[in-house]
Amino acid sequence: MIDVVMPQMGESIVEGTLTKWLKKPGDTVERDEPLFEISTDKVDTEIPSPSAGTLAEALVAEGQTVGVGTIVARISGGPAAVAAPAPAPVAVAAPAPALPPPPATAAPVAAAPAVVAPVVARVVTAEPAGPLSPLVRRMARENNIDLSKIPGTGAGGRITKEDVEKHMSQPAAAAAAPASPSVVVPPVPSPTPTAKTRVEPMSNMRQKIAEHMLMSKRTSAHVTTVHRVDMTKVAKMRAKNKDEFAARHGMSLTFLPFVARAAAEALRAFPIVNASIDGPNIVFHNEINMGIAVALDGGNGLIVPVIRNADEKNVLGLQRSIVDLAARARSKQLKPDEIQGGTFSITNFGSYGSVFATPVINQPQVAILGVGTVEKMPVVIDDAIAIRSQCYLALTFDHRLIDGAMGDQFTAKVKAVLENWSEDVL
Amino acid sequence: MNRPCIVRDLGRMNYADALAIQLSLARELKEDRGTDHLLFVEHPHVVTIGRNGHEGNVLAPLAVRKQLGIELFECDRGGDVTYHGPGQIVGYPIMDLRKWKRDVGAFVRAVEQTMIDTLEEFGVGAFRIPGLTGVWTGPEGSEAKVAAIGVHLSRWVSTHGFALNLKTDLGYFQHIVPCGLPRPVTSMEKLGACVDAGKVKGALARHFVKIFDFEPGETV
Repeated sequence: MIDVVMPQMGESIVEGTLTKWLKKPGDTVERDEPLFEISTDKVDTEIPSPSAGTLAEALVAEGQTVGVGTIVARISGGPAAVAAPAPAPVAVAAPAPALPPPPATAAPVAAAPAVVAPVVARVVTAEPAGPLSPLVRRMARENNIDLSKIPGTGAGGRITKEDVEKHMSQPAAAAAAPASPSVVVPPVPSPTPTAKTRVEPMSNMRQKIAEHMLMSKRTSAHVTTVHRVDMTKVAKMRAKNKDEFAARHGMSLTFLPFVARAAAEALRAFPIVNASIDGPNIVFHNEINMGIAVALDGGNGLIVPVIRNADEKNVLGLQRSIVDLAARARSKQLKPDEIQGGTFSITNFGSYGSVFATPVINQPQVAILGVGTVEKMPVVIDDAIAIRSQCYLALTFDHRLIDGAMGDQFTAKVKAVLENWSEDVL
Repeated sequence: MNRPCIVRDLGRMNYADALAIQLSLARELKEDRGTDHLLFVEHPHVVTIGRNGHEGNVLAPLAVRKQLGIELFECDRGGDVTYHGPGQIVGYPIMDLRKWKRDVGAFVRAVEQTMIDTLEEFGVGAFRIPGLTGVWTGPEGSEAKVAAIGVHLSRWVSTHGFALNLKTDLGYFQHIVPCGLPRPVTSMEKLGACVDAGKVKGALARHFVKIFDFEPGETV
């Protein structure tokens, strides 16, 4: 277990305010990955993790001010007990922590703030083999679990978070809870693993996605229209600018912001596509808040962060928003209001090679634009065969509100903007 | 040991684009392949909320902000709410403090000193108020803030910086509680000092280079 302390930020600085946790207990952290932010005298500083592992405990709440040297967090796991580099210059003899030290832990060792002796003086009584992480302890306490009944699979027979989760997902654990006498709930048939199957519970996110997809299919009358778009002009624009763009802005220039820009223009022209249905009413949204579907790494789900007022951004602004939101979606750092309030969505399945697909509407919106992969193809222009960059745009719309002709006019507008790209400045 | 510093004037540039340039320069410094910079920029109307900020300190409702063309940004600098706009000199020192002093307090004091020295050169007596970071002027009891500071550090590399009111339309500050403090703001114009942005930026760069012990460098 590695302790992370409020670092010494300068001679005159004796305390700092923890403004934001960038990780939650249970999250894995890489060494040097920002863990939390502190604020001292109008300066906001990211504090990196001294070690790889799991954030076991966050001991200081956001908004709390603590003295230099106070233990702020504990990192467990990873390459245990390796002397981690101090995130900041090592503090001089640290004052006693301003917080009451949490029970059953070693007292913080002064003058060695960032690396405190790992689990040495811990008193462990009547507990199962191996030390327990604070996370496991807390899970056990909150769920009333007898840890001595759980076989540990971690190093040295240690009980890990996964062991507890597995224990909790087993029917035996559920049965241990006192059954409510008056309500008879038919037991959820829990599939029994056999030699040919493996059963694991869906994550929360997966359950939510499942619900949302079905709810959307039940709610809207999904129809998809597909238009072929000549992206040659945009491809040239992109090829011309992409090196300078990458050098200047530190991110690569993709096709997606061009499509988003074109869609924003089309949404302005056809406000009904930027609307919702509320009972017998149509709600037209005055702001164009564009959701961008982001696939989480490893097939671990899907999240649709929102670019607010997307029509007010140029290609650069859109590209930055896309990169930023996607990165923070993958590192789970989106703020709640960044995944709410979308009025239209774009999904870029082309990045995985799909030519076209029929996306599901992100409720309560009424349309979603799917972008297929851009590839060079032979096309007939004035009875001659030319090689052009082509892609398919698929618009799924809610036929309750949007007629086929409207869906096609909208998509044709997106197509027209892209094919006649006229902005020289990105 | 003098280090180089590139002073670059970005001219009029929106907040997001300037932020992208800051972040790209900061990344280079973190990867030990960059040079310290002082960026000057003038932003179109924008209200930014720092990490300690409070949406409640943005007084103008969305509709009013839209009408006035004021953008709103939440960013990761220290400090509360502030306003940037035409007529204000915004300076972003993108510096690796490991090569100077690993001291947050000293850094902020030095940035303040840069502005205090510059203001003095143009005949404005300015000072600090302990506990209220920024640069202040005026008689005791009715001090007004002429420059604000808000910095972000990541691995001792600084981003964001200071905003000196040259001839800012101070009316725009009524839409926020600047830095969360209900105290007046002022500008060099209001104080009757020089309002030539080129001259003031030149002086700021000169004092900055001296105070931070840079070698007198190129200006881009």
